[in-house]
Amino acid sequence: MSAFYQQYRNQILFSVMAGLLVLVAVIQSLSVSLTILNLCLISAIMALGVNIQWGYAGLFNVGVMGFAALGGLAGVLISMPPVSEAWQAGGFGILLGLLITVGTVIASLFAWSHIQHLKKQRYWIIAGIIISGYALLRIFFDPGVDAIEAIDPSVTGYLGGLGLPILVAWPVGALFAAGVAFVIGKIALGLRSDYLAIATLGISEIIIFFIKNEEWLTRGVKNVNGLPRPVPYEIDLQQAQWFQDWAMAVGMPVDDASAVFVKICYALLFIAVIGILLWFSETALKSPWGRMMRAIRDNETAAAAMGKDVTWQHLRVFVLGSAVIGLAGAMLTTLDGQFTPVGYNPLRFTFLIWVMVIIGGSGNNWGAVLGGFFIWFFWIEAEPIGLWLIDTLTSGMDPQSVVRAHLLEGAAHMRLMTVGIILLLTLRYAPEGLIPEKKRL
Amino acid sequence: MTDVLNALTLLGNFLIIPGLTYGSQLALGALGVTLVYGVLRFSNFGHGETMAFGAMVTILVTWGLQSVGISIQPLPTALLAIPVGILVTVVLTLLIDRFVYRYHRERKANPVIFLIVSIGVMFFLGGLIRFIIGPGDQIFFDGTRFILKAREFKQMTGLDEGLSLKMTQAVTIITAVIIVTAMFWFLNHTRTGKSMRAYSDNENLALLSGINPDRVVMITWILVAALATIAGTLYGLDKSFKPFVYMQLLLPIFASAIVGGVGNPVGAIAGGYVIAFSELILTFAYKKVVLYLGPESMELESLVQFLGTDYKIAVSFIILVIVLIIKPTGLFSGKTI
Repeated sequence: MSAFYQQYRNQILFSVMAGLLVLVAVIQSLSVSLTILNLCLISAIMALGVNIQWGYAGLFNVGVMGFAALGGLAGVLISMPPVSEAWQAGGFGILLGLLITVGTVIASLFAWSHIQHLKKQRYWIIAGIIISGYALLRIFFDPGVDAIEAIDPSVTGYLGGLGLPILVAWPVGALFAAGVAFVIGKIALGLRSDYLAIATLGISEIIIFFIKNEEWLTRGVKNVNGLPRPVPYEIDLQQAQWFQDWAMAVGMPVDDASAVFVKICYALLFIAVIGILLWFSETALKSPWGRMMRAIRDNETAAAAMGKDVTWQHLRVFVLGSAVIGLAGAMLTTLDGQFTPVGYNPLRFTFLIWVMVIIGGSGNNWGAVLGGFFIWFFWIEAEPIGLWLIDTLTSGMDPQSVVRAHLLEGAAHMRLMTVGIILLLTLRYAPEGLIPEKKRL
Repeated sequence: MTDVLNALTLLGNFLIIPGLTYGSQLALGALGVTLVYGVLRFSNFGHGETMAFGAMVTILVTWGLQSVGISIQPLPTALLAIPVGILVTVVLTLLIDRFVYRYHRERKANPVIFLIVSIGVMFFLGGLIRFIIGPGDQIFFDGTRFILKAREFKQMTGLDEGLSLKMTQAVTIITAVIIVTAMFWFLNHTRTGKSMRAYSDNENLALLSGINPDRVVMITWILVAALATIAGTLYGLDKSFKPFVYMQLLLPIFASAIVGGVGNPVGAIAGGYVIAFSELILTFAYKKVVLYLGPESMELESLVQFLGTDYKIAVSFIILVIVLIIKPTGLFSGKTI
């Protein structure tokens, strides 16, 4: 039995997962099941990104939320139509502000490399450059921002995007995340591992703060709705003759059929992306590069002694993993059709993804994918299951009872506790996860 | 002259008193993080939730006391409830150590594994807290709200600007001073405190000298639980209790500990005040101050603010990054208690 499990473990586990989704389709509805499936796929991609950093290289990145949000931002900036009044009103100020920022950064980098001999004074010089750059920035930038945010604030009040197809935003989201990851990596990768954790946690909070507050760029807490879609709209489908015939053929009401059809389209897109990513990740893991990464992970000093540039490789893998997370973030906004900065919280976007990787099996791409599926499924379904469980357990109690009401109310929070317990149990009894890393000799 | 006094009062009211209060809360929190780091050698992501848990127990006891009519006017009843809160939190942390951390400690797990374990504890506690008290806002402050009201101050001094001192602010600052003093006395002058410092400094040498590691770990958790409960309750009294906020507090607390030099108690306290004051100084609108100090006819359009108030928490991180780049060991080089 156990040998059989060992041999076909992946197939068994993935079949169980598929079975669970089918079960939801039967008990709840096909539409619910597909919604869960789509988010499972996106979670799996995020988990793949984290696994590239943690599983391959042992880098502890707790800034997943920030990278996902950057990907989402790319969705807005690429696909929304530009607001030309806003550009006329404040575009000049914004562009000038950007130029000043770039100028300040270049000036301080240049100064830094040319005044190394000045020891203590160089800090003051750099600080002087940055502060004067910042003051200059505020002088030109602020009026531009005010002008932009004043334009029809209830509908636009921001610069808008480029008006390109939203699929373009996926690679761009990856690029955004990669760019920021490069900067963070440059700063934090030389430090100890838990400093990297705290640094990434902090930077992700700052990214969210930025997105929430810079309304000229993102509309902030006012959200951006109605992002264009890569798949057809339900309403168009319902009116198309071929679709009505098809719905008739499968025997579903046209409304339901159109919703299901759209979700299947998304699922196919996501499966294509995840397929490509998995192929790349598996190939990378088997390649000499993957071997070197594992060598660095398992013994940095030895790898460095063999002439491997540890910091540089860490930076590469950090940027790569973050790009994958950014891609997933862009896909998520595409699926939602809206960008809601308030929705990003570290519990759901950072720590939950980590739980997926640990439970799925760090160092194994299939494990990360499976973890993404299982944990997301559980995260969504824990609430109805918990509610049902407590309802059943307390059914003997007086329906007016305060205790019962409190328990039912608290059921929604059970999932936090349960995820915590699952994580602790996994770390203790099965630290390798559901699908352990392949043993290589 | 009055203008200068007015400007100073303004700064005192909106910068110095709030800064001291918030700084004390951060310092107590950072002290807990630093103790775990110094003795158990990992960054405890569960600390925010431990604070929330302690505060929650204190709130429940406070409600109990209020319902039977016990109070210590004009002080908030919560002060009376804190010891119970500490006791329950101590039991909880010791149980968590026994069933979660000890296993990994015995196997000498990597610090990063400990960090992930503490994330698991964070999830568990977060769920437990929301399950017991719910995710909403809880207000449990009672007693006199103000020690000094802005209006009274204006009448007393005849200035245009008022200086007010809330009861919670005074309680926070005084409690912090007492706790910190007691803490340092314990670490520097008692046998147990010295053994903790020795253990943190050099584990092997401490073991050779016959220090019982289990006892050191236990004492550490007891201190951490007590500090977390006090910090959490003070923060809840001053602002309000909301489980989610405590997770957000984790970042400035870590920043305080690292800026001061992680593992170093003096550093943690200094770091707390550095972070609190820089947050306030950078996001304070100096418009009125400048108007008072500038010439009579001066007019200002802008708020004279370095950063928008929304960026408050971001400030703590910016300082963290600067310290990490320039002096990674922190202001007071850390690593030992």
